[in-house]
Amino acid sequence: MDNAPVRFILRGMEDIRDVLIIGGGLNGSALALALAQAGLSVAIVDRLANDIRADAAFDGRSYALAHASKRLLDAIGIWRGLADRTQPILQIKVTDGRAGEGPSPFVLEFDHAEIEEGPMGFMVEDRHLRRALMAAMADTPAIEQFSGLDVAGHAVDAAEAAVTLGDGSTVRARMLVGADGQHSPTARRAGIGRMGWAYGQTALVCAIDHSRPHNGCAHQFFMPPGPLAILPLPENRSSIVWTEADAEAARIQALDDAGYLDALRPRVGEFLGQIGLAGIRMTYPLTLSLAHRFAAPRVALLGDAAHRVHPIAGQGLNAGLKDVGALAEVLAIAHRRGEDIGRLDVLERYQRWRRFDTAALALATDGFNRLFSNDNALLRLGRDLGMGVVNSLPGLRRGLIREAAGLTGDLPRLLQGRPI
Amino acid sequence: MQTTIDPAEVAKFEAMAAEWWDPNGKFKPLHMLNPCRLDYITAQVAAEFGRDLAGPSPFDGLRILDIGCGGGLLSEPMARLGAEVVGADAAERNIPVARIHARQSGLQIDYRHTTAEALAAAGEQFDAVLNMEVVEHVADPQAYLTACRQLMKPGGLMVCSTLNRNPKSYVMAIIGAEHVMRWLPKGTHDWSKFITPDELFAMLETAGLDPVDRKGFVFNPLGWSWSISDRDLSVNYVTTSLKPAA
Repeated sequence: MDNAPVRFILRGMEDIRDVLIIGGGLNGSALALALAQAGLSVAIVDRLANDIRADAAFDGRSYALAHASKRLLDAIGIWRGLADRTQPILQIKVTDGRAGEGPSPFVLEFDHAEIEEGPMGFMVEDRHLRRALMAAMADTPAIEQFSGLDVAGHAVDAAEAAVTLGDGSTVRARMLVGADGQHSPTARRAGIGRMGWAYGQTALVCAIDHSRPHNGCAHQFFMPPGPLAILPLPENRSSIVWTEADAEAARIQALDDAGYLDALRPRVGEFLGQIGLAGIRMTYPLTLSLAHRFAAPRVALLGDAAHRVHPIAGQGLNAGLKDVGALAEVLAIAHRRGEDIGRLDVLERYQRWRRFDTAALALATDGFNRLFSNDNALLRLGRDLGMGVVNSLPGLRRGLIREAAGLTGDLPRLLQGRPI
Repeated sequence: MQTTIDPAEVAKFEAMAAEWWDPNGKFKPLHMLNPCRLDYITAQVAAEFGRDLAGPSPFDGLRILDIGCGGGLLSEPMARLGAEVVGADAAERNIPVARIHARQSGLQIDYRHTTAEALAAAGEQFDAVLNMEVVEHVADPQAYLTACRQLMKPGGLMVCSTLNRNPKSYVMAIIGAEHVMRWLPKGTHDWSKFITPDELFAMLETAGLDPVDRKGFVFNPLGWSWSISDRDLSVNYVTTSLKPAA
């Protein structure tokens, strides 16, 4: 860190950073870059060591980045190096289907030609996104990294927050950001409770390779047990997110690779030709978890620490990056005004901006999933007709496409591709 | 800071400081307006002195006077931006309160129980003078603004905000803020002492200053927040004036 003398800050306050981020995941890293570029001093504590984060081979994890998220990555300077490794989503087909029966005749199609912003989104592998963020952080002197260290505790007072690390050292900052996941110890220490429930469903996640091209088309099949998403990756590979009831998911996960593929094949259908596994198989129990508050004195919560939604629409990372854009903007503006960025009234501006949006998303994806995870014949017919109706109304369809691309709502500047 | 002070007094001042700085407390209207005031002040000071607000310590080397500093709602942000700040208040009880809060915040600010006239007589000069919501409370605004001019270095800047005098400001500032919302104690403002923007510009010129900017602070009841307006100066408004370089 540079030690430019600030004459009217009392002695002993010099080693205080503006922001300390707890959690070195994608959202925490993106926030560190956004804040450093806005002129704030940042430290980030990550319990995983940097070499472990960087080392990960392709494990099948990937994200559907909404257009707005891509703009944020562009604005913080990492899209340029990443673009070649992403797969643009040119088309989304939503089909109501039953395994082995093929899709129902009513298909909801979204095509990127209908919105002027270009592709509807981009598929990016976790390893590429993670490494791009890490490389950018390493190139940013205003970001101080404490990697491979746990947080043992934190305390706040009228002027600062102090975090005790696992090695006994103390790091001081004006405010803390809890980017430490759905069980956020930062939120717990700040006295922020949460609500939530499990869905009794588990997402089976893997990557496949296939003999026929996907043509940049993402598919969402609404099967009775839960949705199946097939999302295009670069080359002839796709990411599979496949949702089943907990017990069935556990049974399928326990199968060997051949048995797993036998279970997957009839669900995917024939259109991708021969399929094989292209990474490890993972499972994620589906839960909803929403923090009662996103802010406390000198603490703000980000991403899953604030809200973990059902990943049905691929909105988890996109919602987290919206948090990044909103929090970076609130803090940068307050910092330029000379406000105390850890004060609750400053952090409540972020909470007001994000909490309604997030609660609405949590409820919408919840309702969406309950509607589509049902095998009631009448509901099924209603769904089929509903899709036919949506498909025949261009205006409504464009609205849905823009929503999926993350282009609606009160967008933070970074998500509009503008600097703060 | 003051080590001879009675501990009971310290506790009282700490409680008063907490009250001053509680965004939902007695000074809530000031806290709501403050981001808007800071946006205006920081933009004007940065533009006049060629500073980059996104850079480190942008007001480094600038000496700033906050007249009517109260609990330090403007003084502290200026100090945080790197300025050398003198906070002056004619109400003696505000001074220890502001000092305690600055110390809690880790900021060094020179708070003084004094007046603009006394500072001018002592020959003090500043790069920027913040004169926010004071002029409508003084007995002789013209004499007061002339003292403010003496407090400015040649080439210095003054930001002066006050309340307009018209039927709308009577309804909003007296009936609305004091009687309906109870934001301010009844009798805080004497509407007849409110000053129109043209009158203020004329007084600033008579004091020997160049008024260069005027904007409105507008309360939006839907968003329950304040914003800066180029056109609507009908109730709260703010001006910037410069002291000629030589």
